[in-house]
Amino acid sequence: MSAVKILNGNQTIAEAVRQIDPDVVAAYPITPSTAIVETIAQFKADGLISGEFVCPESEHSAMSVCIGAAAAGGRVMTATCSQGLALMWEMLYIAAGLRLPIVAAIANRALSAPINIHGDHSDTMGARDSGWIQIYSENCQEAYDNFIQAFRIAEHLDVRTPVLVGLDGFIISHSAESVLIEDDIKVRNFIGEFKPVFPLLDTSRKITVGPIDFTDYYFEHKRGQIEGIENSPRIIEEVGREYGQKFGRPYGFFEEYQMEDAETAIVVMSSAAGTGKDAVDELRSEGLRIGLLKPRVFRPFPHEKIAEALKKMKAVAVLDRASSPGAFGAPLFTEIRSALYDYNQRPKIVNYVYGLGGRDINVEHFKEVAAKLRKIAETGKVEETLGYLNLRE
Amino acid sequence: MKKETWRELTIGTINLQAGNSVSNLTGTWRSGRRPEFIEENCIQCFFCWLYCPHFAVHVEEGKVTGFNHDYCTGCGLCAEECPTKEKAIVMVKEEVKLAGGGKK
Repeated sequence: MSAVKILNGNQTIAEAVRQIDPDVVAAYPITPSTAIVETIAQFKADGLISGEFVCPESEHSAMSVCIGAAAAGGRVMTATCSQGLALMWEMLYIAAGLRLPIVAAIANRALSAPINIHGDHSDTMGARDSGWIQIYSENCQEAYDNFIQAFRIAEHLDVRTPVLVGLDGFIISHSAESVLIEDDIKVRNFIGEFKPVFPLLDTSRKITVGPIDFTDYYFEHKRGQIEGIENSPRIIEEVGREYGQKFGRPYGFFEEYQMEDAETAIVVMSSAAGTGKDAVDELRSEGLRIGLLKPRVFRPFPHEKIAEALKKMKAVAVLDRASSPGAFGAPLFTEIRSALYDYNQRPKIVNYVYGLGGRDINVEHFKEVAAKLRKIAETGKVEETLGYLNLRE
Repeated sequence: MKKETWRELTIGTINLQAGNSVSNLTGTWRSGRRPEFIEENCIQCFFCWLYCPHFAVHVEEGKVTGFNHDYCTGCGLCAEECPTKEKAIVMVKEEVKLAGGGKK
């Protein structure tokens, strides 16, 4: 039976893991994702899951175990964040290159230095070219829903690409909310049985996984890998729609909030979008025609759909919870600005970096952005392309 | 041999012909020197067999008898590791054959 429970993001992910019961969970604890791993370990100790739970000596090894287990033919997951994800870095590319449908929950956290345990997107943005599909969540419910869908997306035979699901460190991972946990059987039926492709444990067919490629084959194999993620938008859409039919919460590539008649828009991912929607409500009551667009899927980047949604705006601000030092702007901004390049009608667009190391972003900060957007819309002039929110200048 | 296009390759770099490195004649990498076996100095310690990165040390009826030059890259590890006072393996010069090298 489905039930509304009071859970934080980490417990929510662990609940989904209990329901899915993967063949292998290999993970190393790191704040703020530790409780995901701890709770799964407790489930294993209590006999609530039947899969193997492996505690390796590092995140590099955790992802290595995931790769081995997935190549062997298992349904596999892990959880980590920040330095842990950074330590997995070389293995992330191998998981994607070998087309292994591993699923990872990432409690997004800042990267050192300076050392900091709080939420921002530096970790997953650093992995954005690793070939993994990236899905971001606004709250515990979305983290739960995204995590369940991630298995279907990763394992689809046209995709076979690892998926990571981001939930903001502490803001989601440690904040208790009411979450609708669906019926165990219904979730299991939605996920379906795992169908391994060329499993190593099938001893009737001898294969080699991950042999060396020289200049003669590497390029072709990489192109094949790209095809997997290029195929994924159709599957992400199908799975999101089916999830909506089964559980009443449909998902797409992004959420549009008050965008229909908007003249200006703020683009922001994950938990800050909730605050942003409150700001939009207040600004709308003051008569400002402003909307909010919350990207859910960052890889593959839904460039055409986002550009279509934004092209008619007079001014757009993209808020990034990560920086890209020396680049033209932060990651989300450069994607969106680039997506709009082919359109003759396109908005003025600016970038704000916010929330690094868990720095708060409040309604007032969104209002600050809205005021800047209003000025840009009126004058058609951009004074500064890149700014920082809630930073002591 | 015609090489596959990216669409023709098996998913995830998987090679369905396991063990096909046999067809990769690493002896073609050899350039200028190769090991020579001096049987009377050999104490059958198998160090050369153990250290050879390409399994190119030839063993017959439990005894080292020489080298398989199809796979020997001429790295010289065997000669380096050979522990006898009078070496049972010495590296000798050979003519570089660019085409079909290593077949000998």
